[in-house]
Amino acid sequence: MHRYQAGDADRRTMLQAIGATSVDELFATIPADLRSGPLDLPPARSEEEVRREFWAYATANAAPECFASFLGAGVYRHVTPAVADALIQRGEFFTAYTPYQPEVSQGTLQAIFEFQTFVCQLTEMDLANASLYDGATAVVEAVLMAARVHAGRSRVVVAATLHPETRAVLETYAEPLGLSVTEVGADTSGRIDAAALGAALGADVCAAVVQSPNVLGVVEDLPALGAAIKASGALAVHAVMEATSLGVLAPGGRFGYDVVCGELQAFGIPPQFGGPHLGFFATRQAYLRQLPGRIVGETVDSEGARAFVLTLSTREQHIRRAKATSNICTNHGLMALFATITLSLLGKKGIREMALASLATAEYVKNGVRGLGAGVRLAFPESPTYNEFLVLHDDPDGLLLRLKREGVLGGVATARLGSGLPKGILVAATEKNTREECDRLLDALRRLS
Amino acid sequence: MSEKVAREREKLIFERSSAGRVGYQLPALEVPAVDLAATLGAALVRDEIADAPEVSEVDVVRHFTRLSKWNYGVDEGLYPLGSCTMKYNPRINEELARLPGLAQIHPLQPDDQVQGALALMWQLEQALMAVTGMARVTLQPAAGAHGELAGMLMIRKALQARGDNRRVVLIPDSAHGTNPASAVFAGFETVEIASTAEGTVDLAALAARLAAGDVAALMMTVPNTLGVFEPDISRAAAMLHEKGAFLYMDGANLNAFVGIASPGKMGADALHINLHKTFSTPHGGGGPGAGPVAVSATLVPHLPVPVVEKDGDRYTLVSDRPGSIGKVRSFYGNFGMLVRALAYIRSLGADGLKSMAEGAVLGANYLRARLEGDYHLAYAGPSLHEVVFDDSLQAAGSVKNIDIAKRLLDYGFHPPTMSFPLIVHGALMTEPTESEGVDELDAFVAAMKSIAREAKESPELVKGAPYTTPVRRLDEVRAARQPVLRWRPTQE
Amino acid sequence: MSNPQELLYARTHEWVRLEGDTATVGISLYAQEQLGDVVFVELPAAGKQLVGGDVLGNIESVKAVSEVFAPLAGQVVETNGELEAHPEQVNADPYGQGWLVKLKVAPGAGAGLMDAATYEKFVAEEGAH
Repeated sequence: MHRYQAGDADRRTMLQAIGATSVDELFATIPADLRSGPLDLPPARSEEEVRREFWAYATANAAPECFASFLGAGVYRHVTPAVADALIQRGEFFTAYTPYQPEVSQGTLQAIFEFQTFVCQLTEMDLANASLYDGATAVVEAVLMAARVHAGRSRVVVAATLHPETRAVLETYAEPLGLSVTEVGADTSGRIDAAALGAALGADVCAAVVQSPNVLGVVEDLPALGAAIKASGALAVHAVMEATSLGVLAPGGRFGYDVVCGELQAFGIPPQFGGPHLGFFATRQAYLRQLPGRIVGETVDSEGARAFVLTLSTREQHIRRAKATSNICTNHGLMALFATITLSLLGKKGIREMALASLATAEYVKNGVRGLGAGVRLAFPESPTYNEFLVLHDDPDGLLLRLKREGVLGGVATARLGSGLPKGILVAATEKNTREECDRLLDALRRLS
Repeated sequence: MSEKVAREREKLIFERSSAGRVGYQLPALEVPAVDLAATLGAALVRDEIADAPEVSEVDVVRHFTRLSKWNYGVDEGLYPLGSCTMKYNPRINEELARLPGLAQIHPLQPDDQVQGALALMWQLEQALMAVTGMARVTLQPAAGAHGELAGMLMIRKALQARGDNRRVVLIPDSAHGTNPASAVFAGFETVEIASTAEGTVDLAALAARLAAGDVAALMMTVPNTLGVFEPDISRAAAMLHEKGAFLYMDGANLNAFVGIASPGKMGADALHINLHKTFSTPHGGGGPGAGPVAVSATLVPHLPVPVVEKDGDRYTLVSDRPGSIGKVRSFYGNFGMLVRALAYIRSLGADGLKSMAEGAVLGANYLRARLEGDYHLAYAGPSLHEVVFDDSLQAAGSVKNIDIAKRLLDYGFHPPTMSFPLIVHGALMTEPTESEGVDELDAFVAAMKSIAREAKESPELVKGAPYTTPVRRLDEVRAARQPVLRWRPTQE
Repeated sequence: MSNPQELLYARTHEWVRLEGDTATVGISLYAQEQLGDVVFVELPAAGKQLVGGDVLGNIESVKAVSEVFAPLAGQVVETNGELEAHPEQVNADPYGQGWLVKLKVAPGAGAGLMDAATYEKFVAEEGAH
């Protein structure tokens, strides 16, 4: 018998109790014409054999850890505390289900309550849910909430500088529900102009989505854009795809936005080729009953002790079915635990220091690029950026290839994100990048571009 | 006075804060520091988050270790949550998912830098095609419900492609709540259809409803949430196809027949696979999951982009597919979960996967045989991987399913799923999964029998449970009436 | 069961108190018992015009949502704002402080509704199923 199962004697005992002579008898209800033949898969392998196969996959990839890496564009490399990964591997956390039985799930529940609190603090909002899949679906959920709040308003306005992956997912969800998406382009500074945004809004718009820092790395004028959106009556959504930026940048919550949502991967969650990451969703008290997904609340037990429980469940699919606020069930709980641990370790000082270090490192590289000449130049030299900026170049793929040969993953070619963005390379730098790495990139750019 | 004394309950991390404690040291800054307001604009920056905690690394380790001890996990014992399939999560999967060449790779690296990752995705797709007998598989959806949405969007796209705007989706009354919710978010209207007395779909009722020609699809869980196999599934599929409608199969219970029966032969057009239920990715206390969707040839043109294609020994991500529904999430799926699922498939192999389904069905039937009589069986028909009892033998003495569940906590077990499926009043939906030996199952049986006795002899004892858990029964009404959803510092 | 004699009742378990052209609507003692502890009440905006049988609002317990139907046609003139902070009044005092809405109704409205005795018989039969 396989090492993950009990033995032959167990099977014999069970069959005897059931009164069956063979396991096959138990499948008698499945008609013969629906039966599988033998599965076309290799035989069972030992741990060591499985390890060999996966080491081969792993070593066939260029792990950014082996390079000076400046990859970002929605997925960021930051320092990861050893403690976070060690703690999420405790069996009590990672082999538990959604906390339906609160009496034996207080660990998960309290951690989620702490997560919700951290999200509220980062976003300066009233409420947050227990997590969503990723930044893209978080933005979608914000738009769908707006469409419920403003039933009858069927247009969504998005900044052209919203991450293209998010934009694509939004288009997929919007069309079947009869929502149309209108884009507002950036001006020559890489920012959305408040007047242009205002002109695109109207009484038929349920939500307007602004990403800051935007996909070009530029920090938007959130107060001005928020005021324009609020004037139209639409819900204002601030999308954050580099959440460590909230260590230094004021969130939409401060400027009257209705939803601040996005991606928390940057708080130490490994890139993992795109997932699992961590969607978050924060909003105002007024929308308490419109929130998507799980929510944990505080209460007391029968002896008056503080305790935590999943609450406001009547919004959810298992109760409201076709009328639920979202179809989400399983969310990204363990990733939320990971972020909660990382945020706890960083704490009040570290959240800010990490952002400051990230900003300083990126500014160092950005200022270095200023002196390189016309071949590689900053797309928006006068615009504020956090830890990422766009460098214009005629042949981004060729340049990136030459950089890689020198041990540098220089960034993400904008063409990789789809059409519509200026031709160039998005360069992200964080506290993980040493000065030597930054100098290596600048030196290589000087020689190779 | 009792000799037993207890530590004070672990506070919130925010309440443990003490000025000046730090839990992490960042690398020394080797570049010039910047003036924040001058760089980003004074109006756009913020100060430190005033109420964020200040705690040491030791504080954090102790805090979360203590919290973990208030949880129950599969590592501790039987976790018979019906339909949730809480199976063993092998540690080797965790080790492999953390290899730097898999965990640290960036989704926007060029294809030639991530050939190993693409090969892994290709291999998993091939394996899931073999298991399901379907034409292709998208690995993109992040969870089962997300897979349902992707599948229903593909069905919608296929209907649009032939100029058909039918909108009705039929859903049995025994279905998961995600089915109707996903159908609605894919732009459909749902109509519930009643189950027969045997808990299966009524073919005559289905035929009658199909006559109008407005049905886009039927969403069906196989075996259904009662653990009953739908014997007429392929006839239902044929009836749907004849009327131009599709069969969406909810694969939440695929673990009951991997290697035994083939969804492709049943006539499914789309089938989502919850990787944590069938292929052992950890549930993580609420995700992350992964919900790949296997599709029939008809739906292949509509798969989300990108898809992984293989040309010789080279793999590429292909997005240029005009019939695609587009993307349902960023990048390519929960890749870290895909790594674990493929590791499980390799560890078990063809025979092991089949043996897993056998073990699951054997375990459920063993519990059924041992507990029938003590607990009422909601449906008498043959069970596959789960068995649904109800509390009707106990409710007469006023002990309800929730009381039985809470009392089980005192006996050291996680309870079965309660109050689902909705068509069974007082349900206790029990799914032991495939890994349990007779000793663990017998311990559960003994606990259930003991509770049945207690329900007769001392019902108040059962209704007051649990007694031994970190907290007693919670005031859920208060939580919902006066929601407190975040910590705030107490006002001085 | 103590259902006030002066009220009229609907098969969907709402009660109506008719006073001139105003109908006060709530849910019956039986209905609130079936729902369990009410945690939230969602009511229509004042001014909304309802036809008999329209969904008037939703009442939520911890694990269920139930629709409340307009037992007769009319325009919403007032809703019970107290329920926002104190939904438990629906349980504690369904025929008094737990009222839901006041409707402006046409003369002769209420035909087809049951008196207390008929409603009690109806509930007894329904409970037997």
